[in-house]
Amino acid sequence: MTKKLLLGVEAIGQGAIDGGMSGVYAYPGTPSTEITEYVQENAIAKERKIHREWSANEKTAMETALGMSYAGKRAMVCMKHVGLNVAADAFVNSAITGVNGGLIVTVADDPSMHSSQNEQDSRFYGKFSMLPILEPSNQQEAYEMARTGFELSEKLGVPVLLRITTRLAHSRAGVETVEPMPENTGSLPKDPRQFVLLPAIARKRYAGLLEKQDSFRESAEKASFNQFFDGEDKSLGIICCGITYNYLKENYPDECPYPHVKLSQYPLPEDMLTKLEQQVDEILVLEEGYPLVEELLSGFFCRGRRILGRLDGTLPRMGELNPDHVAKALGIPVKEGEKAPDVLANRPPALCKGCSHHDTYKALNLVMEPFGDGHVFSDIGCYTLGALPPYSSINSCVDMGASITMAKGAADAGLFPSVAVIGDSTFTHSGMTGLLDAVNEKTPITVLICDNESVSMTGGQDSAALGKIESICLGLGVDPDHLHTIEAHPKNHDQLVELLEKEVNYEGVSVIVPRRECIQKAARRIRAEKMKSEQNA
Amino acid sequence: MKCDIVLAGVGGQGILSIAAVLGMAAVENDLYLKQAETHGMSQRGGAVQSYLRLSDNPIYSDLIPTGEADIILSVEPMESLRYLPFLSKKGYVVTNTTPFVNIPDYPEMEKVLGEVKKQPHHIAIDADKVAKEVGNSRASNMVMLGAASPFIDIPFELIENGIRKIFTRKGEAIVNLNLEALRAGRKFAEANR
Repeated sequence: MTKKLLLGVEAIGQGAIDGGMSGVYAYPGTPSTEITEYVQENAIAKERKIHREWSANEKTAMETALGMSYAGKRAMVCMKHVGLNVAADAFVNSAITGVNGGLIVTVADDPSMHSSQNEQDSRFYGKFSMLPILEPSNQQEAYEMARTGFELSEKLGVPVLLRITTRLAHSRAGVETVEPMPENTGSLPKDPRQFVLLPAIARKRYAGLLEKQDSFRESAEKASFNQFFDGEDKSLGIICCGITYNYLKENYPDECPYPHVKLSQYPLPEDMLTKLEQQVDEILVLEEGYPLVEELLSGFFCRGRRILGRLDGTLPRMGELNPDHVAKALGIPVKEGEKAPDVLANRPPALCKGCSHHDTYKALNLVMEPFGDGHVFSDIGCYTLGALPPYSSINSCVDMGASITMAKGAADAGLFPSVAVIGDSTFTHSGMTGLLDAVNEKTPITVLICDNESVSMTGGQDSAALGKIESICLGLGVDPDHLHTIEAHPKNHDQLVELLEKEVNYEGVSVIVPRRECIQKAARRIRAEKMKSEQNA
Repeated sequence: MKCDIVLAGVGGQGILSIAAVLGMAAVENDLYLKQAETHGMSQRGGAVQSYLRLSDNPIYSDLIPTGEADIILSVEPMESLRYLPFLSKKGYVVTNTTPFVNIPDYPEMEKVLGEVKKQPHHIAIDADKVAKEVGNSRASNMVMLGAASPFIDIPFELIENGIRKIFTRKGEAIVNLNLEALRAGRKFAEANR
C-alpha cells in the first residue's frame, strides 16, 4: 500500500488503472479533464497500453467505451456534466443494453458554475436511466469507487455512474493505493443479441432492467460506502449525500448528536433511510447540486415528516454548499470574518496576452460595426471571453457547436449578416453537422473557425481538428472560393478585415479560418524544447 | 496543530507551486492535508484561490469555513483583500506588494496597501524585488512562502526539503535560487512581524 497526494480526479484515474481498466475515453471539460490526463501520464497505463487518447466528443467517447465493454474489457468514460447531454443517447440506452466488461461513466458536475453554463445534477440522469450511482465523499472513496466500480458494473450487469462535483474533483488529499488488478482478457457477450436494441429485443431488455432494480437497491443497502450512524438527539435526522458528509463532520468533528446517514451509493437504500425516518422528528437533506433526494423524500401530497433542505429554504436553492451553509442549517453559530473592503475590484477571466483571438475580434468588431449589435453567434471555448469587454463581440454562448446552428436559424429568420465564431476543437466536437445543414441549404452565414490548434480552455489538450479543418469544410461542400485560411496576427489585420468584409456580405456559406497556435501551448512547447536541447547538450 | 491557509493570486501567477511545496512538507511531517484548487476558466487571468488545510487530525471539509483561516497568503496585493471574510481574528495577511494589473479599473495602490495595513497582523513584502535581488523575479512565489513560513507550524527544514523535491527536476541552480528566495522571504517576515 502506498500513499499519494492526489486530486479527486487523479484518484479516479489511479483507481481506474488499479481496477483493471483497458481504456479511458473522454472529451476535455472542466472539472473532469485531469482524469484522462492522469491516465495519459501514468507509467502503468503506458506499459499496459491502456487506451487514453482524446475522443472527438462525449458521444463518441461514450459509444467507444461501450464498444470496449461489448468486447469484454473494462472501460471508463469521463466528461463534465453538460457533456452527458451530448452523450445522453448512448448513455440512456447503455442501461438497456447493459455491459459485458465493466463500464464506469464518470461525470463531474459544476455546482456554482465555476466553469460552466449550468449546474445540472447528473444524478438525475442516473435515476432517469435507472442505473446505480456512486457519489464519493472524499478522495480515498473516489479512488475506491473507480477501482471497484468495474466489478460492481459486471456484477449488476449495467454501467455505473460515478458522479463527482468540482470541489472533490479539484481538491488534493492523501490517498492510499493498492496493486493494480489485471485487465480482463476480453470476451464476446454471452447473448449475441444483448446489444441489438430492435424494439422486440429492447422491450425484453428493458423489462430486465426493471427487474434488476431490486438488486441495485440491495447493493446500495449493503454498500460500505453507505453508513448509518446513531445519535442521541432524535429531534433531527440528517442525510448527507457525497461530499456534504464532510461539511457535517466539519461542524461536529468529534460526534454528531443526531442520527445520520452517509449516502454515497444509489438507488436510495430504503431500509437504511426508513430506519432513520422511524426515529426522528424531522429530516435534513444535505446534497450538492439539485434537491434530488429531498424531492424524493418530500413526496407531493403525502407529506409525512418535515423534510428540510434546499427546497424549503433551510439551505440555498442554488450553488455549491460549504461548511457555513451547513452550520447555519444546524443552528450552529458561524464565525464572521471581516468584509472585503469596497476598494476591491472584480477580476474576471480574460483572453491571454498575445492570444490569436484578440486579432480575430479586433478585425471582426471593425467589420460588424456598420451592422450594429446582435449579428454574431458563438459557443464554448476561450473565444467565449469575446463576450466580455473590451470586445463584447458575441451575442450567444449556449452549447458546443451552437454558434453555427444558431447563426443559421437567425439567417433563416432573415438576419443578415449572420456570423458564427467557433473554435477548432468545438468545430469537430459539434460544429460540422450544423455546417452541413447550412451548406445543403446555401444559407447566408459566415463561419469563423478560430483555429489555435488546441483545446485551450481546459489546459491545451490535443485538438481532433488539427490539420483537418479545410479538408473537412471542403468535404462538407463549402465552396473553395469562400473558404479562406489566414494567420491570426496583428501584421495581418488589414488583410483579415478585407476578407471578413468580402465574406460577411456574401449571400451564401463562407468559412474563414484565422489560425495561430494557442499562446500558452506555444510557450509550453518552447519551454519543453529548450529543456530537451539543454539535456542533450 | 491546525493551519488553514487561503492562497490567493491571479490565474497564471502559479500559486499552486506554493501549495505543492507545502504539501510535500506536510506529507514529510506526517500531517493530514486537503488542498482545493481553482481550475478552468478563472485560470485565464481571473482571480484564483486555493484552500490549503494542514492538521495533525483528520480534515473533513475541502473548504475553509469563514472566519477560520490562519493565513491569507497572496501573491498579489488586491487579491489578499478578496478573502478577508475567511480570515480569523488572530490570522495573518501575508501579501506581495507588486500588483498584477490586467483590469481597467484596478484601484489605486495606496488604497489597496492602506487596507492591507489596517490588518492587525500583516506582512507586506515586495516579493518581486526581493526575488530579483536573490537572482530571478520568477522565484517571487517562494519569497512569499518564506514570508508566511514563521506562521506555519512546520519545521523550516521540511519546507526547504519540499523545495528540493519539487524543483529537483529543474536542476541544482533552480533549487538553490528558490531556497535563497524562501530564506529571504522568511528573513523579511521575522524582521517585520
